[in-house]
Amino acid sequence: MATTTAAQKDERMAQTGLITRLLRSPELGALAGAIVVWVFFAVVAPNAWFSLRGTATYLEVAASLGIIAVPVALLMIGGEFDLSVGSMVGLSGAIMAILASVMGMPLWVGALVALVVALFVGWLNGIMVVKTGLPSFIITLGSLFIIRGLTIGVTRLITGRTQIGSLDDMPGFTMMRYIFAVDIPVMGANVSISVLWWLLIGAVAAWVLLRTQVGNWIFGAGGAAQAARQVGVPVNRLKIALFMTTATAAWLLATIQVITVKSMDTLRGEQLEFQAIIAAVVGGNLLTGGYGSAIGAVLGALIIGMVRQGVVFAGVSADWFQVFMGGMLILAVLINNYIRKRAEAARR
Amino acid sequence: MSTNNIPRVEVRNISKYFGNVIALSDVSMAVRAGEVMCLLGDNGAGKSTLIKTLSGVHQQSEGQYFVEGEEVRFNSPRDALNRGIATVYQDLAMIPLMSISRNFFLGSEPTKGIGPLKRFDIAFANRVAHEEMAKMGIDIRDPSQPVGTLSGGERQSVAIARAVYFGAKTLILDEPTAALGVKQAGTVLRYIAQARARGLAVVFITHNPHHAYAVGDRFTILKRGRTFGTFTKEELSREEMVRMMSGADELDALTHELQEFEHTDQLKAEGKLSETEQQLSDKLG
Repeated sequence: MATTTAAQKDERMAQTGLITRLLRSPELGALAGAIVVWVFFAVVAPNAWFSLRGTATYLEVAASLGIIAVPVALLMIGGEFDLSVGSMVGLSGAIMAILASVMGMPLWVGALVALVVALFVGWLNGIMVVKTGLPSFIITLGSLFIIRGLTIGVTRLITGRTQIGSLDDMPGFTMMRYIFAVDIPVMGANVSISVLWWLLIGAVAAWVLLRTQVGNWIFGAGGAAQAARQVGVPVNRLKIALFMTTATAAWLLATIQVITVKSMDTLRGEQLEFQAIIAAVVGGNLLTGGYGSAIGAVLGALIIGMVRQGVVFAGVSADWFQVFMGGMLILAVLINNYIRKRAEAARR
Repeated sequence: MSTNNIPRVEVRNISKYFGNVIALSDVSMAVRAGEVMCLLGDNGAGKSTLIKTLSGVHQQSEGQYFVEGEEVRFNSPRDALNRGIATVYQDLAMIPLMSISRNFFLGSEPTKGIGPLKRFDIAFANRVAHEEMAKMGIDIRDPSQPVGTLSGGERQSVAIARAVYFGAKTLILDEPTAALGVKQAGTVLRYIAQARARGLAVVFITHNPHHAYAVGDRFTILKRGRTFGTFTKEELSREEMVRMMSGADELDALTHELQEFEHTDQLKAEGKLSETEQQLSDKLG
């Protein structure tokens, strides 16, 4: 009996059209934006743009942003910001490089230690936000400067420099390269493995967000933390876990970069936090939380990656990239607000 | 109306003190299955304290609390929920940007699959949300639409349907009609009657006597932490109810004050005020 009624109800529910559902999806704007940007550079710089090598290049640029942007988007949907991710990239790289070059440890040991530190910093960010009740914007703005300052200061204290090179001579480099920095040949072009990491993170995040219990909690915690608590969502633990996720993503990107360029720079990841937030917002994630999409953040990173590489292909000075990013951010927020109002007031 | 004479929820002579403040003093009330008990009172009358005691947020300082004839002492809202007492708060009920079915199951998501493949059973959630709303007489075409697209009254009803689905036998509704327009309030009142028809005990908190009178079976009136007692509809006219809620003296004072204004206006119109009185009146008016 239950199954027959279920079938009937399901039929009645399936009346929402595909178009309504599309219009209601947060990543719609980003999808349209990605298409527009792709077509634009296909017209302006067709030779590089249509080549597989050109595609592999902008995908790699997008990947290095997307790896951060997707977890940042999850955190934003959960109602918080993490401005410390850029500094975390610098810190993780520095720990790896110092442990390997100064202490003589294998690179993978350095990477593991850096991961533990990243998890701890993420936990610390989270616990400070939930315990003090201060805006995470303030807390992580503080940790942005503290982490960056500590990274530069301690590195200079130990090594006398702020950069460490020739990391490919260190033990364990080859193994690390296969996980984090190998190029996969695809029809003559070399696609960086970071692109796979980016897509994998995007897919896992989208699945968690839309198809698991934790995903529902993330929406709830960001939409109305108090209401979510009332129905038993462990909002504080959830937020701390999300901060630990963004820090872990920063560690992953740091590892990929250190292994790819075989060197460490304490300034690496500067301004990445802002680009990640822009990518998330362009992807339809609401600054105030409770609404958004992981796929959107993947697309947001793709847009920014395409433009960053596209201006190079088009022979335009890279200075204009920043102008574009700022403009894109404001435009995206305007579009998001419009879409959200439509979603909220779709009836009558 | 009820066949069972043991009240679902009953408090006897309870008092609640916050330091020196007496929030509730010697209040008794009871609600039975299939009955709507309206809890009326002006702001500061102690309504919130009483429902927070009923829903396990506060513990009474004195007096006894019974659930289905058994004395209880709740330490948290979870304890009350476990005894089938669910509270729907006016403002905290729903998250507007989330879909109806996601809201409905937030915190108690149905899952299928095991291990890392354990996932939110969205088809089940959509179906149940749709069915439960249908039982309350609302046909939501698409449970995946955001709650923000619902009217205020419908949002309250989603919260009520959710409470009922998760095993509530007693519903405490904290001013569900306060922020609503006339038509939407009517919608909510209909769902309250619906819940009663399904055999729930309903405690309906309001400071609107018209809403109370429309669905209430019995009325408990609070004023300054004390109760005037519980009345049935036959025992109490709407006018008496209003008088008790606000206090007769204060109403009389208000009437007097309003007459005073009228008098002044009249004098002004007739030009009988002195120059200083005229200026004063202009300044105030």
